[in-house]
Amino acid sequence: MSESSSPPFASEKALKRLRRRRAADRRFKWYGRLAIGFALSALALLLASIATQAVSAASYHVVAFDLDVDRETFGNVTPDALPPVDEVYRRVHEDLLARFPEAIDDPAKRHALNGLITRLAVLPEARAIVRDRRAVGAVRHVRLPLSDDLDLYLKGAIARHLTVPVGRVDAVQDVETGTISLTGEGAFTRLLTATSLEGVPSPGMLGGGSVLLSAGLSTLKASSLDSSGASGTLLTGTLQDFRTHPVRAQLILAPESERPVTDQQIAWLLALKADGRIARVPHWSLLTHTDSTQPELAGALAAIVGSLLTLLVTAALAIPVGILASIYLEEFAPRNRVTGLIEVNINNLAAVPSIVFGLLGAAVFLGAFGLPRSAPVVGGLVLALLILPVVIIASRSALKSVPQSVRDAALAIGASRMQTVFHHVLPLAAPGMLTGAILGMARALGETAPLLLIGMVAFVAEVPRSPTDEATALPVLIYSWATQAERAWEPMTGAVILILLTFLIAMNIVVVFLRRQFERR
Amino acid sequence: MLSELGHLPMDFLLLAAAVTLASLGFIAGRLRAEQFSFNGDEHPNSRPNAHGYFVLMWSLVPVVLVGLGYTFFGEGTSRAILRSELPAGFSILSPGELTTYIETVARAARMPDFLSGERVFDTVTDRYGEIRGTLNLLTLLLACVLSFGGMVLARRSLSPAFRARQHVESGIEWFLFLCAALAIATTVGIVASLVFESMRFFAEVPVWDFLFGTRWNAQTSAEFGALPLFFGTFMISFLAMVVAAPVGLFAAIYLSEYASGRVRAIIKPLLEILAGIPTVVYGFFALLVIAPTVRTVALWINAQLIAWGLADGALLAAQPTSALAAGIVMGIMVIPFVSSLSDDVIRAVPQSLRDGAFAMGATKSEAIRQVVVPAALPGIIAALLLAVSRAIGETMIVVMAAGQRARISPDPTSDLTTITVQIVSLLTGESEFDSPKTLSAFALGLVLFLVTLVFNLVAITVVKRFREKYE
Repeated sequence: MSESSSPPFASEKALKRLRRRRAADRRFKWYGRLAIGFALSALALLLASIATQAVSAASYHVVAFDLDVDRETFGNVTPDALPPVDEVYRRVHEDLLARFPEAIDDPAKRHALNGLITRLAVLPEARAIVRDRRAVGAVRHVRLPLSDDLDLYLKGAIARHLTVPVGRVDAVQDVETGTISLTGEGAFTRLLTATSLEGVPSPGMLGGGSVLLSAGLSTLKASSLDSSGASGTLLTGTLQDFRTHPVRAQLILAPESERPVTDQQIAWLLALKADGRIARVPHWSLLTHTDSTQPELAGALAAIVGSLLTLLVTAALAIPVGILASIYLEEFAPRNRVTGLIEVNINNLAAVPSIVFGLLGAAVFLGAFGLPRSAPVVGGLVLALLILPVVIIASRSALKSVPQSVRDAALAIGASRMQTVFHHVLPLAAPGMLTGAILGMARALGETAPLLLIGMVAFVAEVPRSPTDEATALPVLIYSWATQAERAWEPMTGAVILILLTFLIAMNIVVVFLRRQFERR
Repeated sequence: MLSELGHLPMDFLLLAAAVTLASLGFIAGRLRAEQFSFNGDEHPNSRPNAHGYFVLMWSLVPVVLVGLGYTFFGEGTSRAILRSELPAGFSILSPGELTTYIETVARAARMPDFLSGERVFDTVTDRYGEIRGTLNLLTLLLACVLSFGGMVLARRSLSPAFRARQHVESGIEWFLFLCAALAIATTVGIVASLVFESMRFFAEVPVWDFLFGTRWNAQTSAEFGALPLFFGTFMISFLAMVVAAPVGLFAAIYLSEYASGRVRAIIKPLLEILAGIPTVVYGFFALLVIAPTVRTVALWINAQLIAWGLADGALLAAQPTSALAAGIVMGIMVIPFVSSLSDDVIRAVPQSLRDGAFAMGATKSEAIRQVVVPAALPGIIAALLLAVSRAIGETMIVVMAAGQRARISPDPTSDLTTITVQIVSLLTGESEFDSPKTLSAFALGLVLFLVTLVFNLVAITVVKRFREKYE
């Protein structure tokens, strides 16, 4: 319908109107595209932001130590004794003090040094010493997780910083105790450019970021800086290192008062790193540890087991009951008022907010029946009631899709109605029913609100062993980690979400696979 | 002795009893039936297995009933007995303290060889153990006796003419009916518990004050005016629908009217992923990405308004958690609820209506806007209602991203609280439902249930009518 071939009666006005209508038509199509684009980009943004966090938490920094497990201190450790956490931690502390003697006489620095590794970080090692008698009397090579803030600093997630190579300097002088100056013609030009580009105020100014100069295992904090010289206080190490090693500068953009890591701690980190004692390793403890107050030590194991136990109870109840209920409604129920009521009721129940099921669980299971709080058995019961309508609706549609001829054939050769259903209809509907059951379980795995109301939000440090033990679940763990104040919990939360999504994706893959198989028949 | 019986692994024992007695019943029934088949002149009505199942049924049902009764009422009964036996000295405790005390006793009694060293507590704990032991013993005895009785009676009624299979099948049918009735029982349980606890609440706080009061301060059991919560819920759901309604609707129109089969097969599952993501993940997303963005934008708008001389101070509250952040994320979450159902109803509109519109010279968009959408309107409205109901009842997003402050403010960047947020914060970590504080959560739950019920019922009815019209 090009305009040249338009009939002669088409006036200019009519053609204009037609163009307007066609433009409206194209716009309308674009609204649809925009809507889909918006929804998909929201999905992409959501998944990307979680993946970024999860990737950051997938590895973490550990510090290597040689622990001398001597007989005097650890000789009398028996397998049923409490793990010697304090003794092991003292070894770690002494090791660090020997490495950084500047902290020996300064209580504030000692405290900062202790901040490198938290006390609880040695618990697995202490347990290993209790468990393994051969460990006593030998030197253990252990790797302990670095404290969360320092780990985030090394990952670049907090206190943005950058490293600028300076090279060798010509002269190193000890101005007064602890204060040294470095001089080299033009050696600091590049560093000066970088500081002005990054907007770091000149060193020593109040409220500015910091410039740390390090060489070998030593680091100083610059207090003045120009193109041919710098001076500042020695944070750790010796003067000698600056003569023998090339100098590198670390620019930290945030002022010291606005970040959780101090310049002194960063200096120690740089020394440990130069010493080759810090390594970035896969964060397996996320899967093998239970919850902890320290982000670097926390793991999701208890929550994973708790979720599995809860789902076990849910599956044991909701799947058989849901399938049997759907068989009754589809194959046996007379069409009367009661059946109609049950049907409306099931459709409505599927849309009742999940938190209302939590209220039911709190009032009836905990209040009236006195079942234990925080237990997977109660969580499983509540979730079973919650997904029952989902399972029933899916199973009914699976039964509906079985051809009537199958039933007629069975009945014609004298099978009873029960035999028809269980011997002939059910096997054909089974894949569809299974699909519905898995989708229901996936819904149950992601539910949080009802579990909060029945107390499954408690801090659980032990892996639950039975459905009546205290437990928490994966989504609840996500909730409690996401609402913690410390920054380090964000990547951890992202990682746990990834674990949860992996389970959900696995379930959905099974569903897709089943559907394919089913449709092929 | 009796208190040692309190530690019996009852769930295991009851299960074992059920399995053993059921097998015994089956064997007894089948053996009896085989006697007829070997020496009978009569042709037996049912096969031996059917007789076996008949006796099995009658020996299993009593055990299951006793076991269920024990699971749900055992703990409560033994606590009630203990409470009635406590000496008069305990009457100084308030009912709440007494419940906590008995809770502690029950927990101590579960641990073997637990001794606190306090004489009264240990005596009470020991007595509780005895009560549990007696109850355990009685339960096991009752289960065995009843089951055995059922087995004997059922076996006695067997005869060659006995219609065992029909009896078994009607028993199974009854069981199927009970499974279906569990859905009704759930609703009854929800309504009963909500109404019961709400009545207790309204005995202390007048209904009128609750529904129309404007001050909410439940944590201190002081003020229970829920209007700010209703406002917050309404506001956030409204914001969610502002996002979800146009996006969902246009996506549905595009998918059903414009997209090719291949595009549709890719896009539709992708959109449905949005419905499959757990809401706590959306909450994290809101907290991590959307809330800071909303705050930054609001601060920027404030600065611009001041710079242009349009405002003297900050106009928008720009809180770290805000109604807008929760609303946007909730809107994203409910997009598939709108698009999926709308897509279905639009596709259900008969092709003849479209053809008629085209024959009249309508462009495609005109046909959609003036013929297809009006024809599908009831279904689209139902989809929107279901989405609103979903948004009103959604919990985790608002718990994490909406805030705790109960107030009425039209500013979307301020933090508002909702019904669901308050239910969670009132009941988390609480096990006693005897203060107005915890009971108010049930009153809120009742309001939530009734509101969503109305939305759901209207939507379900409209969709059903619509289907009947075109199918």
